[in-house]
Amino acid sequence: MASPANLILNGGRAALVAAVVVMAATPWLFSATHVVLLTEFMSMLVLAIMWNLLAGYADIVTVGQHAYVGVGAYAFFGFAALWGVNPYLSILLAGIVAFAIAVPTMLLVFRLRTAYLAIGTWVVAELLMLAAGKLSAWGGGSGTSVPISIILYFGRARDVRLATIYWLAFGLAASAMSVTYFLLRSRIGIGLTAMRDNEEGAAAIGVNITFARILCFLGTAPFLGMAGAIITLQKLRVAPPASFSITDWTVLIIFNVVIGGIGSFEGPIIGTIVYFVLRQYLADLGAWHLIILGTVSIAVILIEKRGLWGLVRRLLGDDLIPIAHKPSAMLTKQHTG
Amino acid sequence: MLAVWINELLQGVLLGGLYTLFAMGLSLSAGVMRFVNIAHGDFIVLACYALLLLTTALGLNPVIATLIVLPIAFLFGFVLQRFLLQRVVGENVLLVILVTFALSIIIENGLLEGFGADPEKISGGWMETATVALGDGINFGVFQGITFVAAVVLVAVLDLLLYRTGIGAKIRAVSDDVAAADLIGLSSVRIYAIAMGISFVTIAIAAGFVSIWTNFDPAAGPTRLLIAFEVIVLGGLGSLWGSLAGGIVLGIAQAIGGQFDIAWQIMAGHIVFLVVLALRPQGLFPKY
Repeated sequence: MASPANLILNGGRAALVAAVVVMAATPWLFSATHVVLLTEFMSMLVLAIMWNLLAGYADIVTVGQHAYVGVGAYAFFGFAALWGVNPYLSILLAGIVAFAIAVPTMLLVFRLRTAYLAIGTWVVAELLMLAAGKLSAWGGGSGTSVPISIILYFGRARDVRLATIYWLAFGLAASAMSVTYFLLRSRIGIGLTAMRDNEEGAAAIGVNITFARILCFLGTAPFLGMAGAIITLQKLRVAPPASFSITDWTVLIIFNVVIGGIGSFEGPIIGTIVYFVLRQYLADLGAWHLIILGTVSIAVILIEKRGLWGLVRRLLGDDLIPIAHKPSAMLTKQHTG
Repeated sequence: MLAVWINELLQGVLLGGLYTLFAMGLSLSAGVMRFVNIAHGDFIVLACYALLLLTTALGLNPVIATLIVLPIAFLFGFVLQRFLLQRVVGENVLLVILVTFALSIIIENGLLEGFGADPEKISGGWMETATVALGDGINFGVFQGITFVAAVVLVAVLDLLLYRTGIGAKIRAVSDDVAAADLIGLSSVRIYAIAMGISFVTIAIAAGFVSIWTNFDPAAGPTRLLIAFEVIVLGGLGSLWGSLAGGIVLGIAQAIGGQFDIAWQIMAGHIVFLVVLALRPQGLFPKY
């Protein structure tokens, strides 16, 4: 049991628990600049977890994920700024609106398969972005700022406000992670994993693929919508090209997940961390940083399609966060004996 | 009033010709290799910039520049398929989507670094300005007319190529069943590469026309991809003549939407696409 790989794994798990504790206490430990950065990290992490759940497990590659982030942003602004709903409640409602948009979208694009479905989600995102530019109460094509009163609602003093918004993002990321964890551990998750490994095989032994895919597609929408609301609290503006940014909410997310390791629980977390570390150095490169990330992503797909975590996992022989159900020791013994 | 509408309809049909040109290469790669090249639109834009270099730096006539780019495009498509896409084709569709998506981002940002974000255009000289007047305020540009004829000719040529020639039969065999085709001695790897080469020739042709028709900038690729995609789904997957119909439907929808403003022009196209998808998911002229 005490092999070096096991020691590293247990060390890694201990570090993970420590990291969660530190993350929960971030506003007390770090400066305002870092709290802002970590809030952004948490929002990106939510988007990465959701894209990975769809692409890595449910076999739905979407390139239109930014649609729900934008819908969430616009819904939040509508409820909080235009209709005077409590801002906290507005974040939840943003998630519900994103879900409501996802239902008809699902009915339409699920008529298409694989790559066609991917571009179908993109068409819907384009349409929603253009439609958002037609909403004059939201500032039309050029967008508008979130009123000061709503921003102050989250805290009059700047550090209090930053802390509140951080905890909202942290809470969303934590629930995204827990929901995904329990979903993947459940019957449905086992079906999804079976489907990821072999779609025909999974269908043949009675996994209800359609139900699982619908559940995932609809389930990610509220998280994306609420992330959109929290992102709006950080950016303090809604505008069609920014709120529905394909580069920020879809392209970068895809690259992060691919580099971190698609189809693993750890992949989106590692990918997002690596991106935030690299960004310090890549930020000055302008368009080059996307060229570099794109090239690295292609290299990852060609060399080790399970990404960085795939490489590490080969050395460790087990997941950091145990998603898979392991056969009991007795069963293993019977097999070998 | 009637004349205004007839004129809009005519412009829409002609625009449909351009959109059919966008879609040919995508129809070919999607029909034969069963994957959608997400970088399709960006390759059209890349070819536009290649034409821009040839026409401005070397001062070549746009027609001659396009003729020069055609064989280069074939080679480019062949090599891209043979040495990059072939490595991810077949085992998992997810990987092809991701690789072509990453290519799309690399091309877009590469062009941005190389040429800047300013819109560019290639001058078509007399072709561009000449118009044909049909009376009653109904008239159309000679260049728009040539584009439409080119689209019909290209559809006919590709149709003949796929259904009346030896290489076409091989391409269809590989498209129907890769394993069986390999078994009877066809090299699917080589045939995929040839099909992609042909797809890229049509991309270069589309670039030749669109670079004169309208402005292009590094970020123009996704719009072209979405149009090409909508055209082939509207027309019915795998149906080349269906794509012409799909292009015309989209062109007319956009011409009518364009009566209001530019946002409505694009939205009208997307809405028609989604409505057809809801009512008739197999497309207007399904092949199978």
